[in-house]
Amino acid sequence: MKSQSGVSFDRPLLVSSAKEAFRKLNPRAEMRNPVMFVTLVGAVVTTIAFGVKLIQGQFSGFELQIGLWLWFTLLFANFAEALAEGRGKAQAESLKRGRAQVLARLLKDKREERVAATSLRPGDVVVCETNDVIPADGDVIDGIASVDESAITGESAPVIRESGGDRCAVTGGTRVISDRIVIRVTSESGSSLVDRMIALIESAKRQKTPNEIALSITLAGLTIVFLLSVGTLKFFADYSSQAAGQDLSYIVTVPALAALLVCLIPTTIGGLLSAVGIAGIDRLVRYNVIAKSGRSVEAAGDIDVLLLDKTGTITLGNRMATDFHPAPMVTEQNLAEAAQLASLSDETPEGRSIVVLAKEKYALRAELLTPSDAMFVPFSAQTRTSGVDILNSDGSISFSIRKGAVDSIKSFVEQKGGSVPQEALQSVDDIARTGGTPLAVAVDNQVLGVVQLKDVVKGGIKERFSELRRMGIRTVMITGDNPLTAAAIAAEAGVDDFIAQATPETKLRRIRKEQEAGHLVAMTGDGTNDAPALAQADVGVAMNTGTQAAREAGNMVDLDSNPTKLIQIVEIGKQLLMTRGALTTFSIANDMAKYFAILPAMFGLLYAATGASEGPLAAFNIMRLHSPQSAILSAVIFNALIIIALIPLALRGVGYRPRPASVLLLRNLLVYGVGGLLAPFAGIKMIDMAITTLGLAG
Amino acid sequence: MMSARDFWQLAAYISALLVLAPILGRYMARVFRGERTILHPAVAWIERLVYRVCGVRTEQSMHWKEYAGALLIFNGLGFVVLFLMQMIQRWLPLNPENLANVSWNLSFNTAVSFMTNTNWQSYAGETTLSYLTQMIGLTVQNFVSAGTGIAVMLALIRGLTRRLGRGIGNFWVDLTRSVVYVLLPFSVILAVALVTEGVPQTFSPSAHVTTLEGQEQVVPLGPAASQIAIKQLGTNGGGFYNANSAHPLENPTPISNFLEMLSILLLPASLVFTYGRLVGSRRQGWLISGVMLALFLGGLALSLNGEFSHNAAIGTQANMEGKEIRFGIVNSVLWAMATTAASNGSVNAMHSSLSPLAGGVALFNIMLGEIIFGGVGAGLYGMLMFVLLTVFLSGLMVGRTPEYLGKKIEVKEIRMVMLAVLAPCAVILVGSGIASVLPVALSSLTNRGPHGLSEILYAYSSGAGNNGSAFAGLNANTVFYNVTLGIAMLIGRFAVIIPSLAIAGSLVIKNVSPPSAGTLSTTSITFAVLLIGVILIVGALTFLPALSLGPIIEHLMMVAGRTF
Repeated sequence: MKSQSGVSFDRPLLVSSAKEAFRKLNPRAEMRNPVMFVTLVGAVVTTIAFGVKLIQGQFSGFELQIGLWLWFTLLFANFAEALAEGRGKAQAESLKRGRAQVLARLLKDKREERVAATSLRPGDVVVCETNDVIPADGDVIDGIASVDESAITGESAPVIRESGGDRCAVTGGTRVISDRIVIRVTSESGSSLVDRMIALIESAKRQKTPNEIALSITLAGLTIVFLLSVGTLKFFADYSSQAAGQDLSYIVTVPALAALLVCLIPTTIGGLLSAVGIAGIDRLVRYNVIAKSGRSVEAAGDIDVLLLDKTGTITLGNRMATDFHPAPMVTEQNLAEAAQLASLSDETPEGRSIVVLAKEKYALRAELLTPSDAMFVPFSAQTRTSGVDILNSDGSISFSIRKGAVDSIKSFVEQKGGSVPQEALQSVDDIARTGGTPLAVAVDNQVLGVVQLKDVVKGGIKERFSELRRMGIRTVMITGDNPLTAAAIAAEAGVDDFIAQATPETKLRRIRKEQEAGHLVAMTGDGTNDAPALAQADVGVAMNTGTQAAREAGNMVDLDSNPTKLIQIVEIGKQLLMTRGALTTFSIANDMAKYFAILPAMFGLLYAATGASEGPLAAFNIMRLHSPQSAILSAVIFNALIIIALIPLALRGVGYRPRPASVLLLRNLLVYGVGGLLAPFAGIKMIDMAITTLGLAG
Repeated sequence: MMSARDFWQLAAYISALLVLAPILGRYMARVFRGERTILHPAVAWIERLVYRVCGVRTEQSMHWKEYAGALLIFNGLGFVVLFLMQMIQRWLPLNPENLANVSWNLSFNTAVSFMTNTNWQSYAGETTLSYLTQMIGLTVQNFVSAGTGIAVMLALIRGLTRRLGRGIGNFWVDLTRSVVYVLLPFSVILAVALVTEGVPQTFSPSAHVTTLEGQEQVVPLGPAASQIAIKQLGTNGGGFYNANSAHPLENPTPISNFLEMLSILLLPASLVFTYGRLVGSRRQGWLISGVMLALFLGGLALSLNGEFSHNAAIGTQANMEGKEIRFGIVNSVLWAMATTAASNGSVNAMHSSLSPLAGGVALFNIMLGEIIFGGVGAGLYGMLMFVLLTVFLSGLMVGRTPEYLGKKIEVKEIRMVMLAVLAPCAVILVGSGIASVLPVALSSLTNRGPHGLSEILYAYSSGAGNNGSAFAGLNANTVFYNVTLGIAMLIGRFAVIIPSLAIAGSLVIKNVSPPSAGTLSTTSITFAVLLIGVILIVGALTFLPALSLGPIIEHLMMVAGRTF
């Protein structure tokens, strides 16, 4: 997983992003982002001001540099966005390429016709045989085939796709590796899963998510405030210079005011905002999850109730034997021995686990048995028992061993004139109450005891849930088990609540109930009957192995079909929002230092006493910057460079650990708030020293 | 240096406030929930009478647009009546001094001013307005403008607390209740107390008396006590006399001074506790009170420091210029801080004469948007805009989309929050910017240099913040200032009210998410610090350039022993 979260940049990507940064200077593209648009205007105005002076025969190196750095500010922001896009697109492109030249075999009036995959419409029926690439998302309506889905899942083992049932959905771009299937196309060309994913990554097509729009409005509002603040400063400066009888026009110039404005408006977050959003989607893709909308990624951060399927998420797939409870007068070893013998012919995972348990506990190996002296009775769903008949040398049955569901064994021994001892029944009750499943073992009419089967809760899951609880997320386990069993497993796994004997309807009802109480709910599902619940949930993650209906209903698709991933999805959502918040806070906190650089630079001499080298406002120059020009330049340079410096953070996201909100807030506030307040003081001072040494500050 | 007595006066003031505010807050919560209170036997019939006479359907809960419509129509009518009353006061009764009709621009300015709870006065009350205009015109607006503020606050609270609803309450009911159960009875109590201290309450014309020196002096009288009571309680601030509460008949004794000063902050502070109760989280109320108090005390400390520090320019230790000897420095500065924090605008000293630092703090108090206690009702809904902004900016840092009291803060809300925060700032900056270069505006200045700029900034801040106090030194009764300040007051008032109601309307339809460990707590110390930070940073970032060329540079020059 390391490579998934790390940020690595390869050279071609950097080069293409740099080119893209210039292309994005197009004013119409910059219009999408008011903060960067104001920066663009500032850069243009400064350049014109420089040009006008040049024509008049005055060359101002200072104004040239301001102009250049304003252009750099824009380019750096564009570069960040291009880089985020490039990283996401690299993965998407390979999927796209796979389908570019695909020809579909369209079935029309029972005749086959070769058409371009892109011309397919929903409802069209196509045929795919061995080695054909499936041209579009759809449902298998006839046939069965093994399909290589590695192009989108990265999983090399082929999967079976067949008509009807829960395994009928196929994805465009995957390849049939054996047999023949007939597929009904379900998605419009250009709106398939892969297309939608690409649309989320390309900024030009990308729809801003609700929170992103709200944040953009805030940033635009702040930009207007600063526009007014800097715009009116010109008037106040004129008033003051008139009152003081001083001429300030040498420093309160259009380029200097443009520099102040660009320094104040939140260019850091404004420049990185779309990169943060794209990187969030991209991070999901790296976890093999495709989000169908950016909105759902944001919603993931807000989730406070997780509906988790028991099997596969909370417990390992199958129940396992964990204990032997012998009847009176029977040793545990005898019971284990009989249970093992009776289970040899039980190929179910449960049966095998009994064999394994006996072997582990008493080193029993059923090697003594040879086919000649035993006749196996395999497990069947009808009898719900398995066993073995031990034969005499003449072939007649000496005795029979049976293992199985308690009521089946009960009728087995009663048939033979025996009965189940009270103690054994007691064990059965005890086991059921603690969430286990009891299986009885009998030899002829004698019950030897009870084997306890249990769901095995995944290692570490309990800690995970308590972590989630500390983050304020409740977990609800969904299971088809009876309430008694469900309660026991719920307690063991440490979930907050459970739904026993769950049906798709109870799931849907539960989601509605939680939502009415104001909660946001996430769930996973795969079957067609999960579709309504998936659609109702705020975040519905469909398993890629699921039906097309489920995949359409959910707002995310997990290509690995791993239900545990829901937890990671929530974390990625939170991380995305936190990164946005942290960068916004940092960006705004930065402004204080810039005032302390630029205001004394502009007004340090205002109202200076006759003969004095400094006026009252020089007291603001707490960084002791070298000259007015170097101060303004340093602030502008810092403002541009900080965007580059924060690109890795924007793409990687801020460090996230599951913690309560109060802890997260305090930590981020200290790092990005207080840090954002202090960092530019140091940064601007250092840049000032550097450009003074280099002699750039005139 | 501050004496021990000064300190105890401060302590007495703060303690009285902190004891009374929660009690009154609880009382008002009962009133606005429609529960029975101790005053019901005495005044409930008035409420019922109003509803019957006006045909108010009390059970009807209004959509936010209806609510805003009712509010605008009501305020619009109030404006028209007050405007016309001034234009023709010569021909109306109760004008014993035979005062002339008021000019159109001054009438406009005054009508807007009292309708918006600003009470900016470009005129001298005793020589400009008749008793009728003062009593029926101004005093009525003093009550209903404060009532309007409370109504908007109640509507916003309903938006925050009701789930999946539509209506945000009934404007007529909110207005009536706040006047009948809160503003009227409290004013009566305060007026009676002031009369016992010697404030006049009479319809007689000015008295002409011969002083011991044998000269004739005109002593202005009139129904002063009643108007003073509501001007203080309703954060109105428009004095009966020109000198406002520095006038010996408007504020005769130390006790009247204490009572008037306490009444400035009393209702705004109590309403914060009402808020806590109405949203079902008293901690919420305490947190906001704490934030307001911290900002108030911080400004007060800075101002007192400015007033008591050595003035190198004139070589004095403490600055008594422009202050009443009767009140001294501490009571004058305390009043100045309270009146600028609370959007009241009444004064008992001349703010122009405050030390640059104290004057600057007074100015900054107003610029922050009148949210440090603020106007009656208005302070709280203004503060809630900042709470929402803080929640939005920082809520993301806990990894969830922002929410306040379980309601998601999304595009619609944040757009309105930005409008409400931005509009007053824009008015202050643009208004002052124009006035600082326009000759017609500059000719009103009596000071040049940084102090002149402070005067201009103060005038537009006072207008946009609906404060109403003046820095003095600026002759504001000109067509330019009357009109532009009138517009500033209108924008400063309604560009916050309408967004607040719109937010209420969009929040009320949302569901409430129950709080969990993953929710940003808005009752923690961290959040309080954060809120203070956002308020100060937004204020500082917006106004630092302007302030640095006004009060800040003036202060630095004074420290260096220079005046302009």
